[in-house]
Amino acid sequence: MTELKLPSLNYAALAPIMIMLGVALLGVLVEAFVPRRLRHVVQLTLALLAVLAALTMVVLNADDRIITAGQALAVDGPTLFLQGAILVLAAMALLLIGDRSVERGGAFVAQAAVTAESADDRRQAEGRNGLTEVYPLTTFAIGGMLIFVAANDLLTMFIALEVFSLPLYLLCALARRRRLLSQEAAMKYFLLGAYASAFFLFGVALIYGFTAGIPGRVAGVDFATINAAVTESPASPVLLFAGMALLAIGLLFKAAAAPFHVWTPDVYQGAPTPVTGFMAACTKVAAFGALLRVFHVAFAGAAWDFTPVLGAVAVLTMLVGAVLAVTQTDIKRLLAYSSIANAGYLLVGVLAPSREGLAGTMFYLVAYGFSVLAAFAVVTLVRDDDGEATHLSRWAGLGRRSPFFAGLFTFILLAFAGIPLTSGFMSKFAVFGAALDDGQAWLVIAGVLTSMVLAFPYLRVVVMMWLSEPGESTPTVTVPGGLTSAALMIGVLATLVLGIAPAPLLDLATGAADFVR
Amino acid sequence: MEETVQYAGATGLLGSVWLLVAIPLVSAAILLLLGRRADRWGHWLGVAAIGAAFVLGLAFFFQLRGLENKSVELSLWDFIAVGDLRVDFGLLFDPLAAVFVLLITGVGFLIHLYAVEYMAHDAGRRRFFAYFNLFVAAMLLLVLGNNYVMLYFGWEGVGLASYLLISFWYERPSAATAGKKAFLMNRVGDAGLAIGIFIMFATLGTTQYDEVFNGVGALAGPTVLVLGLLLLLGATGKSGQFPLQAWLPDAMEGPTPVSALIHAATMVTAGVYLIARSNPIFSANSTLQLVVVSVGALTLLIGCIIGAAKDDIKRVLAWSTVSQIGYMFLGVGLGGGAYALAIVHLLAHGFFKANMFLGAGSVMHGMKDQVDIRRFGGLSKYMKITWLTFMMGWLAIIGMFPFSGFFSKEPIIVAAFERADWTAWLFGGAALLGAGLTAFYMTRLFVLTFHGPKRWTEDIEQPHESPALMTIPLVLLAVGSVGAGFLLATSVPDWLTATAGLGAHEEAHEAVLSHAVITVLSLLVTVLGAGLAWFLFRAGTATAPQPAGVLVTAARRNLYTDAVNEAVFEKPGIFLTRALVFLDNRGVDGLVNGLAAAVGGGSGRLRRLQTGFVRSYATSILAGALLVMAAFLAVQAGWLA
Repeated sequence: MTELKLPSLNYAALAPIMIMLGVALLGVLVEAFVPRRLRHVVQLTLALLAVLAALTMVVLNADDRIITAGQALAVDGPTLFLQGAILVLAAMALLLIGDRSVERGGAFVAQAAVTAESADDRRQAEGRNGLTEVYPLTTFAIGGMLIFVAANDLLTMFIALEVFSLPLYLLCALARRRRLLSQEAAMKYFLLGAYASAFFLFGVALIYGFTAGIPGRVAGVDFATINAAVTESPASPVLLFAGMALLAIGLLFKAAAAPFHVWTPDVYQGAPTPVTGFMAACTKVAAFGALLRVFHVAFAGAAWDFTPVLGAVAVLTMLVGAVLAVTQTDIKRLLAYSSIANAGYLLVGVLAPSREGLAGTMFYLVAYGFSVLAAFAVVTLVRDDDGEATHLSRWAGLGRRSPFFAGLFTFILLAFAGIPLTSGFMSKFAVFGAALDDGQAWLVIAGVLTSMVLAFPYLRVVVMMWLSEPGESTPTVTVPGGLTSAALMIGVLATLVLGIAPAPLLDLATGAADFVR
Repeated sequence: MEETVQYAGATGLLGSVWLLVAIPLVSAAILLLLGRRADRWGHWLGVAAIGAAFVLGLAFFFQLRGLENKSVELSLWDFIAVGDLRVDFGLLFDPLAAVFVLLITGVGFLIHLYAVEYMAHDAGRRRFFAYFNLFVAAMLLLVLGNNYVMLYFGWEGVGLASYLLISFWYERPSAATAGKKAFLMNRVGDAGLAIGIFIMFATLGTTQYDEVFNGVGALAGPTVLVLGLLLLLGATGKSGQFPLQAWLPDAMEGPTPVSALIHAATMVTAGVYLIARSNPIFSANSTLQLVVVSVGALTLLIGCIIGAAKDDIKRVLAWSTVSQIGYMFLGVGLGGGAYALAIVHLLAHGFFKANMFLGAGSVMHGMKDQVDIRRFGGLSKYMKITWLTFMMGWLAIIGMFPFSGFFSKEPIIVAAFERADWTAWLFGGAALLGAGLTAFYMTRLFVLTFHGPKRWTEDIEQPHESPALMTIPLVLLAVGSVGAGFLLATSVPDWLTATAGLGAHEEAHEAVLSHAVITVLSLLVTVLGAGLAWFLFRAGTATAPQPAGVLVTAARRNLYTDAVNEAVFEKPGIFLTRALVFLDNRGVDGLVNGLAAAVGGGSGRLRRLQTGFVRSYATSILAGALLVMAAFLAVQAGWLA
């Protein structure tokens, strides 16, 4: 029996992850031992404190550039930047999740197990307090994402993927209203997610095979070994490329890139809106963080041969997102397609193998996360007796009824459309600029053209809100309580500030844009 | 221009120069955002904001006086940093900026104070003060920026605020039209300025003042000429100079304090500021200077001639502004030491013009908003303070010794006679003639308003003097109208020498007439003009329009400049628009609609793929996966890439 040697752990570097997972476990205990009426407050406070503590640790670790826990985790510039981004965005999402002023009892179901559409279900929808299990689930998901962007070998990456995906599947099923839609969304997300995981795992297996047989090295799936294998392995490169393709498919699924985006509209629509916001912001950061690391660190030696293929995926993603957004009639589905198109723009940044490309992509992730959370925050506010009024026809004339919130939403849509003086413009500019420097003009042309197409659905909403007369069925906007207001204002202000003075964050991203290998 | 322009970093107190812009801006934001809640005290917040800015401006001014290098730059943040292009969000506080700050905040403060009472009965007073503060903030940004993009920001802000204020009483069609006219005509100038800035980007790669001024020497002559002409176009738009002067008199539709602010402290001075600031560009090309001088001379005569034929008290004052700004353009166009003279005249003009506009407002206040000078007369007995203060303004603007206009205008006339060639006679003569005409029409205005028989409309029994809140600013401004000229003329030119480029005096040419002769001549034409007007109008005038000769009719119709605008710009513009609309409907729209239909149709068809069934989703993922795999393997085999 070989002796088991424990890897050395740098606890300070791992602290953000451990805090999140620790608090998630603590949250499970709270569910068991704290009286029901206190749980909401205790859980929300715990979760927010955990995020805050983890964020503090990320900031304190800002200068770390190390690989720890054996070869499993890399705590370097991109890891810390993206972890910070995930934590900040997660804090906003938690504010939305924790809000109980907009809907009595919160956006989550009080009892998930009752049959949808039954009398019991209608009773629970009437305002009994929602489940508080959502907080440990969310914290687990955040913890998983923190590992995901730090993972330095494929197995750790896979485990992290599952750690953050499983809670998300559950969270999707917990909408208070439209239970059937919500459960359907969770079901689809789970089935397709498992399907995509299989692709990922198959890819890991092939890559493992590929790394075998290098003289003087043990086969493995940590990125250093893979990197070495790309240039030195005697095995057939078919293994490498097939493995790479399968890995990419698994990750592109999470990133919602076409043609692996099919789950996105259904899930975004069915999930409770705060969870949709959480997914649109944080899952995107995590998925692209992992993509960046895999391609920049593990497969960099493959001389970026895969660029044309992934470029085609990017173009397809932009096209599908932009074109399909045109005919959407539901605001959440519209935002889902917009998020798909944005995945395409982000891929453009991923494919620019320069420092600017990396920094631009990271900047884009943060900027987009802020805007999309603010957008979903507004969606939670437009409602009638039956819950959120997400059909676009219901938004007609909203500008007359609630000029303030319609104004904020207009601003966010303009940011999505990439109008200057918003963060949307700066982030598109950053990734497109990097791609141009890298000679990927065709991606930029596709990006600009699809942006033009995409401006149409955004402006259609704007026109609807401001230039139509409010109808009988136009709902008013619920005046939100402190939590949602805070999240909304943070999102809008960040969108504005990053549009006017993007330099500090861009500098931060550029300074962090160096992987340890 | 061999010296290089260099700015020092801002330290100490001067590090907070940004407050000058921030305070009025924040105040405007508060007034707009709080809405009706701020109605009761909003106007005082507006006044206090400008007052605070003035006090700060004074403090900065004294700080600056003690410095060795009198140009300090404060870089707040990188505004645009793209490739080679860097635009600072930065401020520059130098002697030129300092005098403008003092003028804008000082005179602006008095106008604000006056407006508290003037607008007391207007339901929109809070909104008015919000726009007023915005106006001042934009103007301060304009003069404080350290590059052309910042200037352009302020420039557009001024345009916006003026639009909001001119059409403040937007329910009146005439006010709404006037606001639109001002905005559109300004756009023409703004487009010139914008293209000028683009040219700087393209040729110099920067818009920072110091870098532009240091680099302009290396540019080809035609480039400098085009650049300068574009800047000049921008300046003529904002300053109401030929050929873009027509909006300024119409801008009278706004409340009177707005007119005072536009004419005395902000907006119209922006063009002069632009040229004075850009003096290294203008000094680099003599053709350019000739154009500026011609514009100035032409405009000052146009203003005088039209001003003499108008019967609306505010319009006469408006045309007098056009004419006085013409003098300033003449000054900045002459170059060298005359730059400083123009600035002196600008500052002195700020006092007496604000004085007279507010005086006119006071008259209107007492006369139930009557503006026709044929319907005034004999008011000196009823409105003593307004009469006396207006008299100071009148004596100042006609350049009577020892009032301020004399010290500021006469040197420009002298400078015009100092040109090297025969143009000295041309421009000097124009300036001299202008002085005579100014004396004529301003005296006409003064006499018809305050003296002679009463020609009031029946509904007025006893005109009343305005309350103290309106007369105190009048008195202060009147003091400025008397004394400012001498003080400014003796101190400002020296002070301004520390401004980039303004220090370089070219050797003065010998004037074609001696200084003393010119002084005597200018006083003579002034007395002649004023005396003639007094003689003609001391007994009043007819209250209905009289048939008149060709010149007067032409002047009444603004010398047909509106007709020319209409024929040259509006008619072809409308025709062009129609043609374009036709083309757009048939050609472009066809294409766009076709594309849109294609996208929409494609979208509708693609949407059907989104069936909602997990099994079909899984299939499409599988198909995608196979494709991606195949493509990767194709790459590996070398078929792609």
